[in-house]
Amino acid sequence: MDPRQFPDKWGRFGQFGGKYAPEVLMPALEELETHYLALRENPAFLAELDLHLKEFVGRPSPLYFAERMTRKFGGAKIYLKREDLNHTGAHKINNSLGQVLIARHMGKKRIIAETGAGQHGVATAAAAAKFDMECVIYMGRVDMERQAPNVQRMLLLGATVVPVESGSRTLKDAINEAIRDWVTNIDRTHYVFGSALGPHPYPRIVRDFQKIIGEETERQMMEKEKRLPDYLVACVGGGSNAIGMFYNFLDKPSVKMIGVEAGGHGVLTGMHAARFAGGTLGVLHGAKSYVLQTPQGQIAETHSISAGLDYANVGPEHAMYRDSGRITYTSATDAEALEAFGQLSRLEGIIPALESSHAISEAMRLAPTLPKDTLLVVNLSGRGDKDMSTVQAAMAEVAAAKAAEAAKPASGKGPSGSPGACA
Amino acid sequence: MNRIDAAFARLKESKKKAFIPYIAAGVPGRDETVEIVLELERLGADIIELGYPFSDPMADGVVNQTAANRALDLGVDADAYFAMVAAIRKRSQVPLIVFSYLNPIFKLGIDAFARRAKAAGMDGMLLVDMPVEESEDTQAICKREDLSLIFLVAPTTTRERLDKVLAGGTGFLYYISRTGITGEQDAFQKDFESKVAAIKKGSRLPVVVGFGISKPDQVRTVCGLTDGVVVGSALVRRTLEKKPFADMLADIRTLIAPLAAPTKETWN
Ligand SMILES: Cc1ncc(COP(=O)(O)O)c(C=O)c1O
Repeated sequence: MDPRQFPDKWGRFGQFGGKYAPEVLMPALEELETHYLALRENPAFLAELDLHLKEFVGRPSPLYFAERMTRKFGGAKIYLKREDLNHTGAHKINNSLGQVLIARHMGKKRIIAETGAGQHGVATAAAAAKFDMECVIYMGRVDMERQAPNVQRMLLLGATVVPVESGSRTLKDAINEAIRDWVTNIDRTHYVFGSALGPHPYPRIVRDFQKIIGEETERQMMEKEKRLPDYLVACVGGGSNAIGMFYNFLDKPSVKMIGVEAGGHGVLTGMHAARFAGGTLGVLHGAKSYVLQTPQGQIAETHSISAGLDYANVGPEHAMYRDSGRITYTSATDAEALEAFGQLSRLEGIIPALESSHAISEAMRLAPTLPKDTLLVVNLSGRGDKDMSTVQAAMAEVAAAKAAEAAKPASGKGPSGSPGACA
Repeated sequence: MNRIDAAFARLKESKKKAFIPYIAAGVPGRDETVEIVLELERLGADIIELGYPFSDPMADGVVNQTAANRALDLGVDADAYFAMVAAIRKRSQVPLIVFSYLNPIFKLGIDAFARRAKAAGMDGMLLVDMPVEESEDTQAICKREDLSLIFLVAPTTTRERLDKVLAGGTGFLYYISRTGITGEQDAFQKDFESKVAAIKKGSRLPVVVGFGISKPDQVRTVCGLTDGVVVGSALVRRTLEKKPFADMLADIRTLIAPLAAPTKETWN
């Protein structure tokens, strides 16, 4: 199938996606689509976007050969697409900048957004500051605590950060609250959705602003290796960095793609955010896709060490390619992500975001199984400065667990209870 | 003709307006819900919206969010919901509408849910995040089951969209008095009267107004312009209070009697 056919005019990716929004929002979604389609054909808009992507964001981001990592894992050549080097520290700015420019052209003066990891909030706050717009960011209380540095950055950038106290106090609840704001202030407000999610036309707009990642990757790989990559790996929260990396390659059958979801404590524990492992068809926040939910259709609580992947719904375009088999999806647990976080820091001098660490983990697992001339690209979606306190706490927990294990009387260990078995 | 259509025909005949309270099913308890419905009917309710809980009610204010969470905590699921409906139907013929979000209905199967709703004695369905564009299947199912499929219309709804809604909807149009979430308010937005008058003029279906109505003079204004009024959060708030049920019923009577009164006058 031709990837450019999707979404169709109803906003569908096969049976997924659509436009499941309260009536108040429907005219605004239509207006957004109309403006967006016109702006895409407008050379002045595209030139403006291009200029700011270069000079404000710092594009193109490098395609970096991870030499020590490649040597250590002894298989495929590992490249990292350095979205972590973008201004504000993640791929999120590609979309925030684009949407804030659209809002300006629509004459909206007020910007709102949800954020999980805080990267989308920071990126949106930065773009809003640059274009002198009022900016309000909704963030779950739990996420504000685990991503505290990003809260400070948003405040410095002049945004108002509204703590969300409902539900699980994470990304899902921040989206609920942002939608409530949008419904209320619709006439002067643009909602900058942060991932390839939500009602049509958002999944398409976000993908279009992120697809530059894959386009640059192709160019850069052709320069370095004179051929296309063999594997692409990206983490999948809502799915924006992943579809941004994958989209350009969907019609190139030799390129294999792997999306990595948050395995949390393990998909068998139920405490995870792996929608393709545990989700069923549902409708949440405007899109039909795979949703983690109860048999009665109530949205399940999710868990991930990374706030940016901790969400019950997945972008509808991913759902379509997962069903068609074009993209493969797997998951990495909290522990695996933490391990990858440490490995990349020490091997390459690059501290990855915990979200991106899920993709790194999969690359570490996959690379050794592949021949040496295989080209593998990991989308390094963001940097890990924001995650220091989470990682320190998690490492302290691991150390404490190990110490407790070591201190246990030997007779308590092992199914046989024989001290000798554990020696 | 289902009970909703019959109710509007009767109201038109007698030049009265529809009084439509909303409650969250199962709050404060299942037996209490049945009693509240019967009390609301005695107080003049022409139709009752029975909220079916969803974990993420993104168009609702704090009161209805709290009520939905309470219902879920109390274990309100499809079985519990339809058991309440069946209990109501043993004692009342007041028209009942399922008021919810799409996902919990979709997950159980819209077709299966609609059949159960009809069998239990429901008369209509309103799913807040299912706009008319996404409702083709549901329209066919509701038609087959003779359930009204009610849509919201907002101050932002364009003439073109209104035509789409009118083509897909049955029963009545539910006009949201303002852009915003559910919750009480003191005054209407300034262009309320002209907007609602335009909707009423363009509608072949009865039009009722809801969101934020909690005062008798608001009800009176709405009765002068449309076919009825919905009272939600103000009532739901009473059902969330921690007090003996008899006192809660007394509070409900105190709230509802003056709100229902204007709808019972003769409107020409
Ligand atoms: C660095 C980083 N990577 C990935 C994600 C996940 O989002 P998405 O799947 O849309 O790329 C986030 C979200 O906050 C993020 O901050």
